[in-house]
Amino acid sequence: MQPFTYHSVDSVAHARAALLEHPQAQVIAGGTTLLDLMKAGVERPDVVIDINRLPLAAIEVSPERVRIGALARNSDVADDATIAREFPVLVQAFAAGASGQLRNMATVGGNLLQRTRCPYFRDNISRCNKRVPGSGCDAREGYSRMHAVLGTSDACIATHPGDMAVALAALDAHVVVMREGGEVRFTFDGFYRLPESTPEDETALVRGDVIVAVDIAPSPLHRRSRYLKLRDRASYEFALVSAGACLDFADDGTIARSRLALGGVATVPWRARDAERMLDGAAPAIELFRRAADAAFTGAETTPHNAFKVELAKRAIVRVLSTLAEGTS
Amino acid sequence: MREVDLVPETTLLDALREHAGLTGTKKGCDRGQCGACTVLVNGRRVLSCLTLALMHGGDEVTTIEGLAGDEGLHPVQQAFVEHDAFQCGFCTSGQIVSAVGLLAEGRTLDAATIRERMSGNLCRCGAYPNIVAAIASVAERG
Repeated sequence: MQPFTYHSVDSVAHARAALLEHPQAQVIAGGTTLLDLMKAGVERPDVVIDINRLPLAAIEVSPERVRIGALARNSDVADDATIAREFPVLVQAFAAGASGQLRNMATVGGNLLQRTRCPYFRDNISRCNKRVPGSGCDAREGYSRMHAVLGTSDACIATHPGDMAVALAALDAHVVVMREGGEVRFTFDGFYRLPESTPEDETALVRGDVIVAVDIAPSPLHRRSRYLKLRDRASYEFALVSAGACLDFADDGTIARSRLALGGVATVPWRARDAERMLDGAAPAIELFRRAADAAFTGAETTPHNAFKVELAKRAIVRVLSTLAEGTS
Repeated sequence: MREVDLVPETTLLDALREHAGLTGTKKGCDRGQCGACTVLVNGRRVLSCLTLALMHGGDEVTTIEGLAGDEGLHPVQQAFVEHDAFQCGFCTSGQIVSAVGLLAEGRTLDAATIRERMSGNLCRCGAYPNIVAAIASVAERG
């Protein structure tokens, strides 16, 4: 690891000031991504700002929203009774992610900024536009079984690896950021950026920003939600494909509202809005779910290695929607 | 009580092994993938290779060395012996400390849950069946 100076801060303002004073500084929370990448030489901050003493770990519940502090650990959120009742998809996503030890360390804020597992990004040798802007992408012509099929560009096909962020996308969560002048709230669509020609630029955050919380609105739609993750190993493995879904039904049994987000297949946590439009107002049926799944992948761009993900993800979508619809017709 | 001088990049794992002389905690992958370096911080299991020593001022860190008491082995250690839950032994400190952390999490632990919740601890000898049996035996005793 490259040597660095360590700062521990005790207020968000102090953290913001340190970030602005040191342009190469990085924030450390759980450390599970940052220290891993520092050991690999991919991240080389000259200053590390420890924010673990900030009072940002609480889960605050009100009728309008549940606010999860940025420093809440994954395991604390997953074990919270309100979260389990209101947002099953989120608890299931946490349970399917990483390991018991990592869930005790990883924070909600840090998890939003989890970096890709693309080996060409992480090896610190290959050409990678995300690591060295403008250097090229060795994944495109390389071994790309784990790579994305949605939201890709000529510059980058790296997959967003997270589970939590997929569930939060399905829950229409907002990312709350402290910036000059006060709090700014981002939708997920506004927070994550597609790679396009600048894959190094992953989010809407600007220098000095500190993520302070994630907000989710409780609703009947979010209560009827589910996460399904398919992977090479039974546990402790990144998704090949995953699907987080919410379904709400009208009195006549038709789907009133739907949310569908996909993981493992896209460069960002992916909302399948075309699929949602097909589901809303329709009567639940396997054939409908299959058509919605087809719609979710209309624009997919595959490589010979990752083409299998399209059919696998479609089946995951059908299964997660079918499970949510069981007992309603 | 002993004071050691650490550079900021010292992980908790290196602080324990290289500076405090507590080599029971093992360095396997050093990248958060194997679980051999598992310790308890304030009673919760974490990977000591992916956290900085400086981040733990005032925390209570428990390693494998701290589990046995005056009355003998910790129940999980005793169960690992009784169930022959290891072969080469390299992953064993991490397995045992992780299991102690898991048992403190207060879940009902059937075999499937133990397998899922212990998935962060790899055993390349493949002693998994006996590791699960050892942990289950402690869980059953309450």
